[in-house]
Amino acid sequence: MWQRILALVHKEFLALLKDPKSRMVLIVPPLIQLLVFGYAATFDLKEVPYAVYNEDRGAASRDLLAAFHGAPSFSQVAELHSEGEIAPLVDARNALVVLHIGPRFSADLLAGNPAPLQVIIDGRNSNTAMISLNYVRSVVDSFNNDWIAARGLQGPPARLEMRAWFNPNLDSRWYFIPGIIGMLTLVVTMLVTALTVAREREQGTFDQLLVTPLRLGEILIGKTVPGFVIGIVQATLILLVATLWFKVPLLGSLPAFYVGLALFLLSGVGAGLLISSLAATQQQGLLGAFLFMVPAVILSGFATPIANMPQAVQTLTLIDPLRYFLIILRKVFLEGAGFDVLYNQLWPMAVIGAVTLMLAGWLFRHRMY
Amino acid sequence: MTGERGGSVMRLRGLVRKEFLQIVRDPSSIAIAFLMPIFLLVLFGYGVSLDADHVPLAVVAEAPSQDSADFTASLQGSHYFKPRILASMSEAELALREGEVDGIIRLRPDFSRRMRQADGAPIQVVVDGVDANTARLVMGYVEGAWGSWLAAKAAGNGQSLTTPVDLQPRIWFNSELRSRNYLVPGLVAIIMTLIGALLTALVMAREWERGTMEALMVTPVSMTEVLLGKLFAYFVLGTGGMLLTVGLSVWLFEVPLRGSFWVLWACSSLFLLAALGMGLTISTLARSQFVAGQVAIIATFLPAFLLSGFIFDIGSMPAPVQVVTHLIVARYFVTIVQTLFLAGDVWPVILPNAAALAVMAAIFLTITWRKSRKRLD
Repeated sequence: MWQRILALVHKEFLALLKDPKSRMVLIVPPLIQLLVFGYAATFDLKEVPYAVYNEDRGAASRDLLAAFHGAPSFSQVAELHSEGEIAPLVDARNALVVLHIGPRFSADLLAGNPAPLQVIIDGRNSNTAMISLNYVRSVVDSFNNDWIAARGLQGPPARLEMRAWFNPNLDSRWYFIPGIIGMLTLVVTMLVTALTVAREREQGTFDQLLVTPLRLGEILIGKTVPGFVIGIVQATLILLVATLWFKVPLLGSLPAFYVGLALFLLSGVGAGLLISSLAATQQQGLLGAFLFMVPAVILSGFATPIANMPQAVQTLTLIDPLRYFLIILRKVFLEGAGFDVLYNQLWPMAVIGAVTLMLAGWLFRHRMY
Repeated sequence: MTGERGGSVMRLRGLVRKEFLQIVRDPSSIAIAFLMPIFLLVLFGYGVSLDADHVPLAVVAEAPSQDSADFTASLQGSHYFKPRILASMSEAELALREGEVDGIIRLRPDFSRRMRQADGAPIQVVVDGVDANTARLVMGYVEGAWGSWLAAKAAGNGQSLTTPVDLQPRIWFNSELRSRNYLVPGLVAIIMTLIGALLTALVMAREWERGTMEALMVTPVSMTEVLLGKLFAYFVLGTGGMLLTVGLSVWLFEVPLRGSFWVLWACSSLFLLAALGMGLTISTLARSQFVAGQVAIIATFLPAFLLSGFIFDIGSMPAPVQVVTHLIVARYFVTIVQTLFLAGDVWPVILPNAAALAVMAAIFLTITWRKSRKRLD
């Protein structure tokens, strides 16, 4: 029996790797993508391009603007001289933020009245807008504190001391790179599995396979092993790049990572084979691959937290294997987690893997064309 | 001459009819064009959001007093938070570690006393930094709650708060900062990328693989006609999908469409040509459906998702990666739809991006055309 399985596995590897184009596709793009995506995936705003429209001639407004000028997260792109210049600049996305200081700013400030600072922000990207508003607020807050301290005024009765744990500089790259490992691993399993059965169906070789002495379980193992092996190799390469190149700290246990990876691959391969065995043509297989992969990525909590989703969609994410693997990756990388914390993420992937693989095996024989 | 041209139109009509028949016979193309946009847009329109609401927070008042109760009440009144009162810092730390809360607010035992001193009482705020973006949001929300608590307190005492510079933000185009208004137009672009590439990624390879391309070669049709026939059929299908996604965005998700529909239609058509062209290029270069399918999986979704500015701001990426994003067709369309939906017909944004789409479409279609000469390998 092992001989038969071995022969089948050998044949599957040949089918995948014999074609030089296919070999290329499996190995090179995921690594290049990790490098590019690793740099691209960030919510950190380094330089907010801003413009100034200052109608005030006093020293106070100059001091405030100097504070923005000196802040590393701001870079001034224009100095405006009329209200009419604001809209074209923001519309064309040349400035994200416009600071508008009215003519009575310094006078109000010196008289002890609140001096309004109007801040116009391009809200097309709501997240960037929110972050830049926070940056503006922190510059204004420190200006206010200095002003209060310098003049011996009564400050607020309470002040905030904020700190972030686990990631003190709030570098979002650390958060996304483990996620990219999960996504690319999913893509690789889809590459290997989603079209295999469909291709054999289309070419008629699958019927031949069914009439050989191979049992269904054996065919299933033969189809599962390549995806599994290539997934492990690819994920290991990606892991090396993530830790050695991007210097993401790997604080947790490596065995926990590999057990998580193995179960994730099992569920990914299962989903891929299920799609493939449902499809009559490769076109349908490709459609199925996208219909699984795209929601699996978007609902995994990779970029937008699951907690922000409505309850019904949150329930739906429970059948997404990537959801569990992402939690494992982040906990193992950033929080140094071991098996004890991860148990609740491991068993759902095992269940998804078992169910999809069994269904795929059953469909091998029961869906004939 | 005229007879020749009439023959060409007739042949083209025949080819388009053949493509439509193939589309109808294998319903997966129709599913790609019509079911996929509905399914994905509804799922993501509801599922993808960056707005955190009811953030679970641990509140530790180490010596409860009227002041600390006051502050806690102001957190409870805000829909941004779901505060949980815990007795000690160690309990709160455990809750943070286990992910039950996203942050801790600690009021030390001397909170009340220090509030009456000149430099004010410190409020310690700890957030879980693993998800840096949510951490920043939570910090902003806490700051907002703190500010309004101070203002209410001052007003209660008949004073006004000392605020030298009064920050008055105006968020243009999306005054409530609804992340859906920003994400749904981008989703239209992502979904259209998938539809365009998926529709055509396999069609050329399929003809080669099944040998029907050779059958077409012995007929009088030229390769250009074969390509035009495919392009036309899938363009019609793709336009249907586009109208569906735009309609859903406006009516179901209530994203304002401030620009003109016709500009959107024109830009979408250009984009669709580029996306279909990309699929045809993949299909032509790969020659086998299996490889073409693999390339489509690798080259379409993740690059469009991560490098188009749909979710990660291109301006925040390092310069070399910003250069790479120029190779992504979706990038230009995401910029156009975000502006068209939220800001309106801003020509300085639309024209250069539309021109880039036209160039990309031309490149892809030229590659396809040059690589699919009538020849046998």
